[in-house]
Amino acid sequence: MWSGFPLFPEQASTHAGRVDALYFFLIALTAFFSLLIGFMVIGFAIRYRRRSPDDRPPAIYGSLALELTWTIIPLGIVAVIFFWSADVYLSLNRVPKDAIEVHVVGKRWMWKVQHITGQREINELHVPVGVPVKLTLTSEDVIHSFFIPAFRVKKDALPARYTTAWFQATKPGRYHLFCAEYCGTRHSNMIGSIVVMEPAAFQAWLAGGGPGVSLASAGEKLFQDLACVTCHKADSGARGPALDGLFGRPVALADGGTVTADETYIRESIVAPSAKVVAGYQPIMPTFQGLVSEEQLLQLVAYVRSLKAKAPAAGAPPAPPVAAAPGARP
Amino acid sequence: MTPTKQTPLDTKAKRDLEAAPLVEAPDPGRLNYLNADYGWKSWLFTTDHKRIAILYLVSISVMFFIGGLMAVGIRLELITPPGDLVQSETYNKMFTMHGIVMVFFFLIPSIPAVLGNFLIPIMIGAKDLAFPRLNLASWYIYMVGGAITMGAMIHGGVDTGWTFYTPYSTAFSNSNVMLAGVGIFIAGFSSILTGFNFIVTIHKMRAPGLTWFRMPLFVWAHYATSIIQVLGTPVVAVTILMVAVERAFHLGLFDPTRGGDPVLFQHLFWFYSHPAVYIMILPSMGVISELVTCFSRKRIFGYEVIAMSSMAIAVVGFLVWGHHMFVSGQSTYAGMVFSALSFLVAIPSAIKVFNWTATLFRGSISYDAPMIYAGGFIGLFTIGGLTGLFLAAMGLDVHVHDTYFVVAHFHYIMVGGAIMGYLGGLHFWWPKITGRMYNETWARAAAVIVFTGFHLTFFPQFILGYLGMPRRYHGYPEEFQVLNVMSSAGASILGLGYLIPAVYLAWSMRYGKKAPNNPWAAQGLEWQTASPPSTANFDTPPVVPDEAYHYAASEVIVV
Ligand code: HEC
Ligand SMILES: [Cu+2]
Ligand SMILES: [Cu+2]
Repeated sequence: MWSGFPLFPEQASTHAGRVDALYFFLIALTAFFSLLIGFMVIGFAIRYRRRSPDDRPPAIYGSLALELTWTIIPLGIVAVIFFWSADVYLSLNRVPKDAIEVHVVGKRWMWKVQHITGQREINELHVPVGVPVKLTLTSEDVIHSFFIPAFRVKKDALPARYTTAWFQATKPGRYHLFCAEYCGTRHSNMIGSIVVMEPAAFQAWLAGGGPGVSLASAGEKLFQDLACVTCHKADSGARGPALDGLFGRPVALADGGTVTADETYIRESIVAPSAKVVAGYQPIMPTFQGLVSEEQLLQLVAYVRSLKAKAPAAGAPPAPPVAAAPGARP
Repeated sequence: MTPTKQTPLDTKAKRDLEAAPLVEAPDPGRLNYLNADYGWKSWLFTTDHKRIAILYLVSISVMFFIGGLMAVGIRLELITPPGDLVQSETYNKMFTMHGIVMVFFFLIPSIPAVLGNFLIPIMIGAKDLAFPRLNLASWYIYMVGGAITMGAMIHGGVDTGWTFYTPYSTAFSNSNVMLAGVGIFIAGFSSILTGFNFIVTIHKMRAPGLTWFRMPLFVWAHYATSIIQVLGTPVVAVTILMVAVERAFHLGLFDPTRGGDPVLFQHLFWFYSHPAVYIMILPSMGVISELVTCFSRKRIFGYEVIAMSSMAIAVVGFLVWGHHMFVSGQSTYAGMVFSALSFLVAIPSAIKVFNWTATLFRGSISYDAPMIYAGGFIGLFTIGGLTGLFLAAMGLDVHVHDTYFVVAHFHYIMVGGAIMGYLGGLHFWWPKITGRMYNETWARAAAVIVFTGFHLTFFPQFILGYLGMPRRYHGYPEEFQVLNVMSSAGASILGLGYLIPAVYLAWSMRYGKKAPNNPWAAQGLEWQTASPPSTANFDTPPVVPDEAYHYAASEVIVV
């Protein structure tokens, strides 16, 4: 009967329960203090109502003890909420190592999804139940926000940079996907669904899309087609740095600084190569801004990420492990 | 009738037991600031702070009406799930204009420019503000800003939301962003100059004997507010300028395709716009301190604590802006600092609520309309403030950020709190401002209707938000309809609640009973002068021998 008039959202991720616990705690707190203040205000108003026009109430001089009490008790309470909520938040940022990866590009007004195994979807995201899923988000134009109420997860998709979020669905079903950051005319149409499937059904769904080309291999092909390979090849005469083992490694820059080569840095190296020039190289790399789409950029980034360091002998720190592709599972 | 405890307060205590000096009924033939001159020039070129306050009162009422009309459009559209009443473009422009008009042209000027302007000089026993001509200039600047923004609206509107997030506002929106921005930019100077004027006035023009800790809390609240206006507003002005420069000359400030940083805008914008919330609520808190004391005939509980909590809010309020960016990819540790500071800034507000409540204890409480508004304020502000904790809590904010939960929360603060305070104050000082009494029965009824209508409108939005309905949605899934209908129904009651005072207050100006100088038997210099005051405010310069809220007492209790 209440299905047409829900008062509480469905809980469909491992994270949802943790958020809800905090929510209920805060509701109890709000109810307690609102009622306390409400009863006191109304109670005093009735008990001490003016009975005659020349009533003279006592002059009460404030009390340090009371002031301290109602400063310290609320401080204690908010301290508890702070640590609790920070813990919930931190868990959202600790992506499990075995998460499968999904890349999302927001564009006015649709969500474009690429699975690491190559399948693409629009305004839909199919995921298996019980498996952590890591989202890498970006936008082609303005800021959007990827919001799945049933999972209690939301993350902005920003242009020209990558943000990440993760979730682990607990119940098969179809859930709302909303864009939560206002992005123009059809903002409220930038919606879709998350389809959570049993693992077997998910594998069947993946296979149904045909033998997709994995994101990294699509990137490799682009790497050839766009002639990146002419400069970035693993021989000593190359005009550009070798990209093997680059991901996750600190890069020394020509201006003396260093950056860690994360997804955003690799993306920037392709669209704005002169922004951060690698030490020891000339800024000769042309910009690929406008020549490659955000999805292709994601493919190139996935390819660069997949390039493992060749020989760790040269003193370069070993590349960190790259998350396994889900297609590899039986 | 002897003090329960003998204390060093002896002399003070003796005075406490004395009655307030009540001023006799007004002399009908007397000249006051209203009837001193009637020509239109005497209004448009006045430098009298009281007349300027009236100019503001009229202008912000018009703005409130325009902003309210936009809200009517929004609530009508949201009665049904599909966006079918107006086009999406129109809907987006409606909520943008609603926000811009209500925030920049109604809430920010409301209490300071009207009640503050009228009362601060009188409350501190001065003839006028420190810079009367600057005060008039502020009003003209406000009007120019308002006219330009209205021009932007008539000329096709703006669709960026009042938050103007980049790169949408700089590189994508093809609505009148520039024009609206210029209007807000200009109006900002009005706010800065008013704040500046108040600060100088409060420092320099207090009557003999009026030490800092004898000032009414209304003045303290405005002092804190003014600091925010002077320090914060330039930042939003610069931010708008940056948006304009980027739109016009395609500089890469916020637009990432040109090397800019879109999140930088959010930092700059909220650096002002979070404290701006306190520009709206602190003056309201000041009003409540005056109302609670007057209608319980009692000195305020914890005077210094309330005064200092205003200052604490003004300072710490500048350090919490990052709580608007918990899902924007901002660094986790920055987020934690902002979260902690946001929790901290809640404490001074809580302290105020406890002190007001304690003031009622053993008071002599009457239920005049302003007091009902004050009670309503405490109720709404308490809920508004406590739901703010939900948003400061990072893990929870991720879910409710940019949903109707946020919409409900800030309306509880900005409409529930700020407007209840404004209306309470307007009623309280109406006899002083106009020299007339309004109809008490209607006024009480309106206060109750506003309070009820407010809850009916905004409470369902908390639930909607937690369910996941994003804000600024033109259409929405079916299952959200019942709550949206409830909210729209409540809004019609709330709208009625706002219209009723407009009618009986206007009516009272002509037909209302003549007001005595001190209809509430209240303390404070403004009640020792005539209703309405003469142009010079006081016939003889007042001297202040006592602390504020020095109501006659039956005994003195020191806890
Ligand atoms: C004309 C030669 C040339 C081409 C073509 C070229 N690059 Fe580069 N690339 C460079 C040079 C030189 C650098 C180092 C200087 C710099 O940072 O700009 C570089 C730097 C990089 C870096 C950063 C490397 C590091 O160690 O930090 C990445 C990633 C990269 N390129 C990817 C690409 C991709 C992907 C393509 C094809 C779309 C491409 N490059 C095409 C010359 C080239
Ligand atoms: Cu959107
Ligand atoms: Cu804020």
